[in-house]
Amino acid sequence: MLSQPRFLAAARAMIGNLAQRLGFPEILCGQISLAVDEALCNIINHGYEKKPDGHIWLSVWALDQEPAQLRIVIEDRAKQVDPKLIRSRELDDIRPGGLGVYIIKEIMDDVTYEHREGGGMRLTMSKSLPSGTAESSNSTTSGSRGRVSSGAKTVEDKS
Amino acid sequence: MSKIDSIEVKLQKQGDATVLSPVGDIDLSRASSFRQQIVSALTSKPRLLLIDLAGVPYMDSSGVATLLEMMQATKRGGGKLVLCSIQPKVRSIFEIARLETVFTIVANADDALKS
Repeated sequence: MLSQPRFLAAARAMIGNLAQRLGFPEILCGQISLAVDEALCNIINHGYEKKPDGHIWLSVWALDQEPAQLRIVIEDRAKQVDPKLIRSRELDDIRPGGLGVYIIKEIMDDVTYEHREGGGMRLTMSKSLPSGTAESSNSTTSGSRGRVSSGAKTVEDKS
Repeated sequence: MSKIDSIEVKLQKQGDATVLSPVGDIDLSRASSFRQQIVSALTSKPRLLLIDLAGVPYMDSSGVATLLEMMQATKRGGGKLVLCSIQPKVRSIFEIARLETVFTIVANADDALKS
């Protein structure tokens, strides 16, 4: 996708639907979508500094393991920053902005920022299905097995 | 601003209260449109600015930042900003960011307008 906020809704919908098929509870589907949205917003606002022609690659794996896991990789060709400097701010400091990294880390189980070979950054984050949620979700989802086999991936040609 | 980047916000006046009811997701693409419409509503210096979020199924931190900024602006003008009818998915971001106690949040518009 291009670094334009208008594409956020489509990215959220894709992630939310996949999380739902994996059996994540509805509220968690929304939160995982939020984490992805926040990560994309950070790239748009800070990585590409709101320039609309930057490229962002969103790759998603639905890992059919026990427990099932959603793994999301977001890559860009924006400016590189030291991963150690990507931190959430103190919540006691009540002011607009700066909540994105905190929200991502609160929602996802694992969050790793690193430099991408050839420039830009790579964010890898994952969320495992909480124990006991697959059965309850499947029982309320008609026509869905609540699982997606591995390899669901959306990529754009990076060449 | 194109249609995809703007948000519909219904405005209603009830005495010295102004009720704003946005409709649709509030994310980075629409936060600016949302902000502009709140700023416009604040020019009449309402005693109570009620943001009815019943029609908002999703909000990210851009929307929350806008609300925080507008809460502070309302306070500076001598008024109070109150949120109502927050959907569960939207409430979730307020909880994650521990902002439920920073904002005044009531169940519905009637509760806010009665106070």
